[in-house]
Order: sequence, then structure tokens, then C-alpha cells
Amino acid sequence: MTVSTQDRSALIPLLQQVQVEMGYVPREAITEIGKELHVSTSDIFGVLTFYAQFRLTPVGKHQVKICQGTACHVQGAPLIIDAVEEELGLDDAHDTTKDGEFTLEKVACFGACSLAPVMIIDEDTKGNITPDKARRMVRKIIKAQAAKAKKSAADKNNGEAKNE
Amino acid sequence: MSNYTAIREWADEKTADKTRIVVGLGTCGIAAGGNKILDAVEKTLANNDAIKADVVSVGCIGICYKEPLLDIEIPGKPRLSYGSVTARDTKEILENIFLNNKYEHKKALAVIGDETFEGIPSWKEIPFFAPQERRVLRNCGFIDPEKIEEYIANDGYAGLSRALVEMTPAEVIDETLDAGLRGRGGAGFPAGRKWSIAADNIHTYKEKNPNSDAFGYVICNADEGDPGAFMNRSVLEGDPHSVIEGMTIAGYAIGATYGYIYCRAEYPLAIERLKLAIDQAREKNLLGKNILGTEFSFEIKLKEGAGAFVCGEETALIASIEGLRGMPMPRPPYPAQAGLWEVPTIINNVETLNNIPVILAKGAEVWAEKGTEKSKGTKTFALTGKVENTGLIEVELGMSLREVIYDIGGGIPDGKEFKAAQTGGPSGGCLPASMLDLTIDYEALAKAGSIMGSGGLVIMDTSTCMVDVARYFLTFTQSESCGKCVPCRLGTKRMLEILTRITEGKGKIEDIALLEELAPSIRDSSLCGLGQSAPNPVLTTLKYFREEYEAHILDGHCPAGQCKALITYTIDEVDCTGCTLCAISCPVDAISGAKKELHIIDTDICTRCDTCRQVCNFDAVLIDGNLL
Repeated sequence: MTVSTQDRSALIPLLQQVQVEMGYVPREAITEIGKELHVSTSDIFGVLTFYAQFRLTPVGKHQVKICQGTACHVQGAPLIIDAVEEELGLDDAHDTTKDGEFTLEKVACFGACSLAPVMIIDEDTKGNITPDKARRMVRKIIKAQAAKAKKSAADKNNGEAKNE
Repeated sequence: MSNYTAIREWADEKTADKTRIVVGLGTCGIAAGGNKILDAVEKTLANNDAIKADVVSVGCIGICYKEPLLDIEIPGKPRLSYGSVTARDTKEILENIFLNNKYEHKKALAVIGDETFEGIPSWKEIPFFAPQERRVLRNCGFIDPEKIEEYIANDGYAGLSRALVEMTPAEVIDETLDAGLRGRGGAGFPAGRKWSIAADNIHTYKEKNPNSDAFGYVICNADEGDPGAFMNRSVLEGDPHSVIEGMTIAGYAIGATYGYIYCRAEYPLAIERLKLAIDQAREKNLLGKNILGTEFSFEIKLKEGAGAFVCGEETALIASIEGLRGMPMPRPPYPAQAGLWEVPTIINNVETLNNIPVILAKGAEVWAEKGTEKSKGTKTFALTGKVENTGLIEVELGMSLREVIYDIGGGIPDGKEFKAAQTGGPSGGCLPASMLDLTIDYEALAKAGSIMGSGGLVIMDTSTCMVDVARYFLTFTQSESCGKCVPCRLGTKRMLEILTRITEGKGKIEDIALLEELAPSIRDSSLCGLGQSAPNPVLTTLKYFREEYEAHILDGHCPAGQCKALITYTIDEVDCTGCTLCAISCPVDAISGAKKELHIIDTDICTRCDTCRQVCNFDAVLIDGNLL
């Protein structure tokens, strides 16, 4: 069976749908979509790696996005990126922390240039950010996470104690 | 009674005599806290039964530096706008107006529109608005983008009705040609000429392929990729129907049956509002089969981009819709000859299409009254960077850069000096202070070595390093180069290496000549606009700011105090109060000093993260001995 050229245009929307649901495009999805659309895996891989939007590895629980647009750049975005990378132990080759908690994404431009520099953590957009503020925002989440972990460990212990 | 008159009457009736509380909820409004204002409005209304008003969220009116904005519209009174409001202000303003009939408030910004109101200035008196000419932004911030009746009540779809009912397709093309509208995506190709070529090709295609599904396509390029530009986003979020109407008129003019809007995936709100607008237009028979009861049928589909700057290029965009890697193709054949799936196709930018309904509704002659001889009409700009009033603006073409930066923009903040204006994003250039009187039109900008581009206008002051700006843009074009043409793929890489070397203090004086040798090779031997224009930021900074390159190379000094490898942080012994704030904030513990005594930075440990300088309340942290 051959695919019509118009079917092929479903490829990118399908990959986008997978990414919305999974946070990334896993290998199995590539194979599955390839079978469905009669497009080779290598071809799909070519498309996936061409577009910046697609990820091939899982995304962290918390997403930190820093704008790299021109307005943000001249207002000091590189210093914010350095600060957050240092805080999370990330670099150009690693965008997700080893514990899978954070992913740092450097975005081309949010288009919120009048608030430059801009950083988004999860759904929270913050404008006029400084390296210091950025560090504190990240630390706050780490702290909240640790407190939560401690509480659930304590609850678990309590539960076990009660069961005994 | 024509079909349009009936729709117009329905819309007028639906929107008449409404008391409205309006909150700006474009992406920037939301980022500035617009949702909290909306919550405060709803809470105030819930607590006060006496306040009866529709709560409306609108797109961006453009005055971003005053976000969040709260506007009040009461029948018989002018529209009043309040800026930089907090939740508490919101409650106060609403209770003052609706319960005490008191309109003045410390956050009162302006009266929007032609009317006046005692105690509050007209927006024509606000320097940010006064020199502007709002056409593309005619509805942005005024109408609820999620209600088609508000667009229609403001002359929306009148242009489409005139085209379909009173004009032949050829007449529509002539009207567009007469207006002299040039492509607003950046290159400035006359829109009417593009349409006329496509119309001829569609005619031939129809004869050869009478059974084809589609005879022609209209693509709206909404893949606004320039960093530092958000004009298209604001239009799509604030006035989505204008683009749909423009596309439908274009479809009628060239004889196309389908349209695609290719929108950046990074603009989720724009996508949501476009989807809604398409459904509403279809429901009112302004889209779909036999539009407004005529023979003409047209459908629009939405395609989300996947994050590739090069897809702003026509042939790459087409490849992307077809599900391929977005790589440009040699032209000819031009898309107007053989485009999407080899069918004749026109691709117009959001702003180009947004202008079409105005041209058709008001006539080419009225539209062309504004602008210069060769650059007609208005242009929107995203005015950002080191300028007092940032925002989305629209000016008549032919205005000088100085008027835009100093009158509308209010000049450079913190008493600093202007250094450069960057137009055209990564494809444009940096213009120095000596060119402030340059008029903004296609020819003048190109002559100065930059381009009009889609409308990014980033202002830089003396603390911006021009070598670093060139490096920044090359980082962008290098990573966005699709890799098809070797001169672009490798040339941008080599240029970036040289620029990085210079910013790190490792440059040689021969590097300047090397950059000047590489630039024309990349420009002349790349297939598409990305490669052809990639050297522009380097060439213009070399042309106008050569001494900065030389300072980096010969003196190992960054005059702007930005290049980390070339700067040293020190603390001024007179101004330092020993408050310890810098030492506490330093992430690498590079600052020592006892309380109330002079602090000292260990430059070997210091990472130049700038935190100490930003937290210091006494301006005591210096870069290379200077206060930036």
C-alpha cells in the first residue's frame, strides 16, 4: 500500500500529540506511527530531530523555561541561564537533572519582550527576573519538594507504626 | 437585504449599549498578572449586586509597560483606561465608579478614543500613543477576540462582503495593487503582484487538472520566529478574525479553495483563539460553502509549527505542512507557480493579510493616503530593549527612528545613552546614533544595511556590547540553519567561532578581515533568506561599531562591560557601606569583608554572575572601575 502525500502531512501533528501526552516522543511511538503512515523510522527520526519542539528523552517534573530572545538577551538573560544551570547542576549537554525533577529549556522567544528578561517555572511566568531571583525561585521548589518528601516518609512511617 | 446586512444588524444589536469591564489578557497581560485583576473584578462584582457589567478579556492594546490594564466602558461615556493596576486598585476603581460615580484615580491612564473626560488625559496626549496610527491594531485591545459579533460590529467582514458581492476577483487584485501594499513579513514584495501571478497559474492549473481536490492555496505565515518580535502574536490573540477575513478575500481573488494558517506552537493562546474564530466564522457562513450566499467557497485549516525558524521561508514552510523536514527548495518554481502539493500557492504574513480587509472596506485610495511613495500604509513594531516605554506600536511608514525611540519610546532609561537600534531580527542590522534620523521605510533601511523585517525593534544602550550582539545573532542563525547549503551551515559556524573568540579576548586583528571575507560568500551562495541575511548583524556592527571589535582584540577590553572574560568586578571603597548584602548573595562566596567595613571581591573565584552588582543598594559594585 502507498501513502498519499496528504497522509504524510499527518506526521507532525501525530508526533505533537504524542509529545503533549507523554512529554516526549518515545521510541515505541515512532515505530507505531511509522507503521500507520508507512513512513520509515529513520525518516521520522529525521523529522523529529529537525524541529526544536520534539524531545526524545523524558522531561523533568518541573519545567524551567528561560527566554533567549533579543530583548531578554540585552537585559541579561545569559546571566540567568548561568545561574539556573549552576543551581541545578546542568550544562549545554544536559537539560534534565539526574533525579528527573527539573528540565531547563532555553526558548527562542516567548514574545513577552516588554517584561524582559522572562522565566517560566511550570505555569508561573515571571518578568524582570534577576539571577538572584531565578536562583531563589528554583530553591523554593526544591525546598517544597523536600518538605513534601519528608512528610510523606513520616506519614508512611506513622502508617506502618499504626499497622504494627 | 443582503446576507451581510443581516449579520451586521445581529452584531450591532448584540453589542449595543453594554457596560463593560475590560481586562487586557494577551500573553504579556497574563505575564504581568492580568488574571489576578480578572479575579479581583469578578470578586468585586460578586460582592456588589449594584454593579452590573459584562466582564470582557481582550488582547493587547500595546502599552505593555503599563500592564496590567483595566478599562471601563459605560454607554454614553468615553472608555477609560487604568494602568499598572493591582487587585486592590481594581476593587477601589470599580467601587468608586459604579457606587460613587467617581472616575478619577491615581492609576487613571487615559481616555481611549476621540472623546474627552474631565480630569483624565486623552490618549492623544499620552506621548506613547500620540504619534501612532492604528490600523493593523485597530481592534487589538478593543474587541473581545472570542466574540465574532464584536469584530463584525466594528466593520469586520465588510471588506469580504464588498469583494464577494460587488467585485470580480480581478478587481480585488487590482485594488490590492493600487493600494501598494507590500509584504509585511520583511522582504516587501508587493502583495497584489504575488496574487496576480498566482491567479494566472491557478487558471492554468484548473484547465490541466479539472478533477483536482484543490486548485490553489492561501497560506498565512504566522510562524513569527524573530526573537524580540511579537506583533503577529498580538494580532492573532487580539483580532483573529481580521486574518481569517484577509485570507478569505485573498482566496477569492486568486481562485483558491483552501487556506492554511501555519502558526508557531509557542503561541498557544493565539492557536486557541484562531480555532474558535474559524468555527464562529463558519457558523455565520463567512467561511465554508457558498460564503454569504455567493458561489464562492473557502475552508481554512490550522497547522501548528514545531519550532524551526527556517520555516518562515516560503518553501520550507510548505515542506513542513507536507510533513517533511522544513528545508527550503530552489526557486523557481515559486510557490505561486507550484507550491503546496505542487498546487499554486500564495503565502502572506499575518500583518499583510490583516491589512486586506481595511483596503477592501475603505478602498485602496484611502488606505494609501498614509506612508511614503514606495512604502505605503503603516507598520507595527515590537519596541523593546533599553527603552523607557516598551510595547507594541504602529506608525505611519516614513516616520524617523528618532521619533519612534524618543517620542513614543520615551528615550533611554536610567539616564543612559542610546547606542543602537536593531531592526529585522537575525536578518537585520544594528543602526547607530548617527542614523537616528533615518526614515522607516523598506528602501532606507536596506540602504543602511539592515532590513524592515517583520517588526522587531530592539533598542540598545551603552551597556550593550555590539560584538556580543553579533555573536548572539550568529548563535541563533547557526543553530537554526537547516544545513542544506554548505556556505550557510559551515559559514555561520566559522563566523560564530570567530566572534566567540573575540568576545573571549582571544581574537586576532586578522579576524575582522576574515569576517568581512566570509560574509559575502554566505550571503551570495545560500538558497534562502536565512543564509542570505545571516551576515547582516555582523556586517552592520563592523560597519558602525568597528572600534568595539578593535577594543576587544587590541586592548583586551569590552567597552560595554559585558564580555565575562574581559571584565573585572571591584567594590568602590568610598561607596561601600559594608552592609554585607553582596557577600550574602554571592553564590560562589567570592566576597569577603566584616560588617560595616569595605568588602573585597576575589577575582579568581568570581564568576562575573553580576548578582553583587544587582543587589547592591549603594552602586558600589564596579565593572572595570566603572559604574554601569
